[in-house]
Parts: sequence; C-alpha cells; structure tokens
Amino acid sequence: MRSLELAKRNFKEVWRDPLSLGITIALPVVLLVIFQAFGEFEDVFKPTSLAPGIALFGFVMLMFSSAMILSRDRDSALFARLLTAPLRSSDFIAAYSVPYVSVAVIQGVVLFMIGGFFGLGIKGNVGLVFLVLFIMSIFYVGLGMILGSLLAVGPLSGAYSVVLLLTIFGGAWMDLEKIGGAFETVGNAFPFAHSLDAARDVMIDGAGLGAIATDLYWVLGYTAAIVVLALVVFRRKMQE
Amino acid sequence: MSSATNGDLPAIQTLSLSKNFGEFTAVDGVGLYIRPGELFSLLGPNGAGKTTTIKMLCCLLKPTGGTATVMGHDIEKAPLSVKGAIDISPQETAIAERLTAWENLSLMAGINGLEKQAAKKRSGELLEMMGLTGRAKERVKKYSGGMKRRLSIAMALVSDPQVLFLDEPTLGLDPQSRRAIWEYIEQLKGKTTIVLTTHYLEEADALADRVGVIDEGKVVALGTPSELKESISGAQVTVVEAENLTDDALEALRQRYGQVREVDGGVEIEADEVRLFEIEECLRPRGITVQSVFKKQVTLDDVFLQLTGKQLRE
Repeated sequence: MRSLELAKRNFKEVWRDPLSLGITIALPVVLLVIFQAFGEFEDVFKPTSLAPGIALFGFVMLMFSSAMILSRDRDSALFARLLTAPLRSSDFIAAYSVPYVSVAVIQGVVLFMIGGFFGLGIKGNVGLVFLVLFIMSIFYVGLGMILGSLLAVGPLSGAYSVVLLLTIFGGAWMDLEKIGGAFETVGNAFPFAHSLDAARDVMIDGAGLGAIATDLYWVLGYTAAIVVLALVVFRRKMQE
Repeated sequence: MSSATNGDLPAIQTLSLSKNFGEFTAVDGVGLYIRPGELFSLLGPNGAGKTTTIKMLCCLLKPTGGTATVMGHDIEKAPLSVKGAIDISPQETAIAERLTAWENLSLMAGINGLEKQAAKKRSGELLEMMGLTGRAKERVKKYSGGMKRRLSIAMALVSDPQVLFLDEPTLGLDPQSRRAIWEYIEQLKGKTTIVLTTHYLEEADALADRVGVIDEGKVVALGTPSELKESISGAQVTVVEAENLTDDALEALRQRYGQVREVDGGVEIEADEVRLFEIEECLRPRGITVQSVFKKQVTLDDVFLQLTGKQLRE
C-alpha cells in the first residue's frame, strides 16, 4: 500500500502540530459547554440538540486544515516529487483524507463523551448517530480535497467562511422548520440539514435506520458526489 | 530495482516532443535517444526548455506534440509504468519539513515500493554520504539550507530508480558535498540511466557520457563532451602571458596573426600556428618580457557560447 506511506507522512504532519490539533479537538467541546447555557431559553441549545451541529462545526475546521495541507503541498517542490511516484489520484486523495477523517472520529468521541457530563443523552442507537456523522466527516474532508486542489492558501479562508455559513444556516444551531420559507428550502437542498435532522431524530426521538433513510440518502449522495469530484479535480490538477 | 540491461531498447526516446504554453513554444520538436545506463547531460541557458522536457518525461506535463517513451513505456499512455521506473531530484529543495531525515527517506522509498530492509540499508548509506547521520532523527525543519539540499538529493537516490532525473543537483552546495555527489553519480553510471541538467559545465564535462545542448526549445548539438569540443575547435587559441603590453606591441601581434584579443594579464591569439620566437620578435624589441605561452584548452563553456551565443551562467 504505497498510499499508506504517504498517509503516514500526513498523519505525522497532523500530530506534530499539537497546538492546531488541540484546538481542533477542544474547540467544539468549548462551544458545546458555552452554548448549552442558553438551553433553558431555546431547545436547540440543549446539548442533545446542539451536539450534531457542533460536530459539523468541528468538521468544517478539519475541512480547512485538510485543504490547507494539500494547497500548501501543491505549491511545494515536494509535491512535484510525490507526483512522480507511481501513485494514482485515488491514492493521493486517500492519503490526504484518512488522517483528517481519523481526527474527526476522535473529535466526535471527545465531544459526545464530555457532552455527557452536561446532559447530552442519546435515546436511539449511538452507532447510527456516529454513522451519520462519520459520513459527513468524509463529505467535509472531500470538500477540503477539492478546495485544496483548486485554491491557493490565501483564498481558502474565504471558502472556509462560506462552508461555515452554509453549515450554520443548514440548522447547526437553529431550527430551519421554525424559520421556514425560502430559508428552509435552500437549507434542505444541502446535506447539512439532512445530517442534522437524522442525528437529532436518533438522539432525541430514538429513530431507527428506516426513519432516517431519506436523510441518510441525501448525505450519502452528496458525499459520494464530493468524493468523485475530488478525484476528478485532483487527477486534472496532477498534469497541469 | 535499477537495471541498465534492457537489450536494445532505449531508456528514453523522444520523437518531435513539443510543448506550447499558449503562443509560447517552450519545447520545439526535441528528438533524443538515451541508452540504458548512460549519463546524459542536458545543457541550456535559463528558459531553454530543459525543465519542461524533464517534466514531460516525468509525466508532470502533457506534451502538445510528439511522443516519448521511458524504459519502453509511453509517457501519455502508461504514466504509472513510467513513474514506476523513474525518480527525480527537482531543482528546488523538496523535503517534508516536519519529518526527520530518516522519515523523509522512508517516505520516498515506501511510495516507490522499495522493500523495507533495502530501504533501511540504502537510507543509512545515503545519510552517511551526505554527512547527515548524526542528525538523521531530528526534524529537518531545524536543518541548515545546505543540509536540506543534501537530504533532498538523497531522497531522489533512495528508491534506486531505473532512470534518474537530476535537475541542477549540486546547485548551492559546498565543494565537499558536490564532490561526494559526483562520486556517487559516478558509481551509478552504467547501472542507472541518468539525465542531468546543470549550470556547472565542468560537472557535465566530468560526468556525462553524452551532452545535448538545448536552446530556445530545440536541441542544437548532441555528442560526447570531446566530440562537441572538437566540433568547434577550428583555429587554435594560444595564450600569451605578458605584462604592460603597449598598443604598439598589440599592433605588432595583430599584423602578424590577425585575431588577437587582449585579456587579463596578456593576449589570446587565434591562429593555426604560433611560435614562441615569433612572439618574442614582436615583444622583446618593445621591452616586454614574455612570461609564458600555452595552448588554450577548449571547454564546454566555449562550445556552449559558440552554439547559443550565451554564457550558461547568464
């Protein structure tokens, strides 16, 4: 597995920057702790409702980090050297994604564990919640691969802000149904709202796989499309 | 992995290889035939098309026209097979800063499919050669520029490729490191096909089996260093070292030989035959003492200058 060798290097890049890693893992927890204080006024801020949105917020940070490392590497002579190795575009995408998806898993586990101390409860199947969030982490890191392949380091922060806003307005800490109208329609056209609905349905109402199937299809469809797009974009960029 | 015995197949063959960037033609119908195990040096002024040619051969750029094969694999139809046979030391230092020197070498060996034990042995040898053994387990971020450069070159050598592209490998290195790399390249000759681009013509002269001079995207000369030097040696150049040459003395020499150039500490005379007594006849009556007279050796610098009208270090 030649791509594993490259993935190892990318793992080290992530783990050897403890400050960024610490912030990436700790910030969602800090946000959950701060926001849950508003839980007595608004249900959406109660830890159980809040946690999926906060998890997505953490994934946005990972999307940015993965896009950064790819974009920075693309600019370096090291990347030209890596491109002359017998690796396919899928090897590259896997090698750059896997370390960040792993951090996403750690981030999610830490968030839900610490959230437990603040009243976060899961009525349904925990595995189902993690499945939805895991797929979303692949979606975000895949998006990071596309952005990192296309953009220089500078414009990445702009793209980060756009994705962050889409995530927030996708219902991260607001109820789209209550807002309604065009806002809800646009929000439902993206996978963010569907992943949040699915996770909350399992956590709050104890919904099973069948009940969240439609939302899950949205999430899976978007993730598959993003991964394919990442492969196509990267392959094109390999020979520029 | 490396093997130079590939029958009559060329290690690299290009036919009318071209690359345009919009209106600009960077490489213009380059035809090369490089034998397995040969050390071929590609020389040319900045912007001549050397790096673009190498990038196409490494499958990093798609050609606009023509074809090329590396170890029998077409660069457009079988890029993965080409990449499996090559490695490159890019002009710029190309290392992963957060890794140690060991880890950088393991990375390159691993992604090129070298077996672990072989990779370890080879990494050790290369670190020793580059004088990095003592700091091999330190993150390279803390290395000096020269150390990073040496590691970058070692990373191209660790996978033991069949074809090795060395783009200005010794640029910016101290003489001792440069000498060590020359020796290592010498050892690879005959086993690994090497394409070397360099600004140091003495490097090409000392190492290359054959030299291709490329200018404005075209190959303008091809041959062994001796063949190229012979091709331009028309009239011999004789250097006369003598101080305080007067205009009158220079005029006397010009009347006798025609082509006389004033240089630092004397003159260069371009003529088929120059005899010491003839020079003394011109200079001694004017009170000038001849210190030495010798034939000037033709260098690749002279070849380069004649073919391209440019100095390589321009």
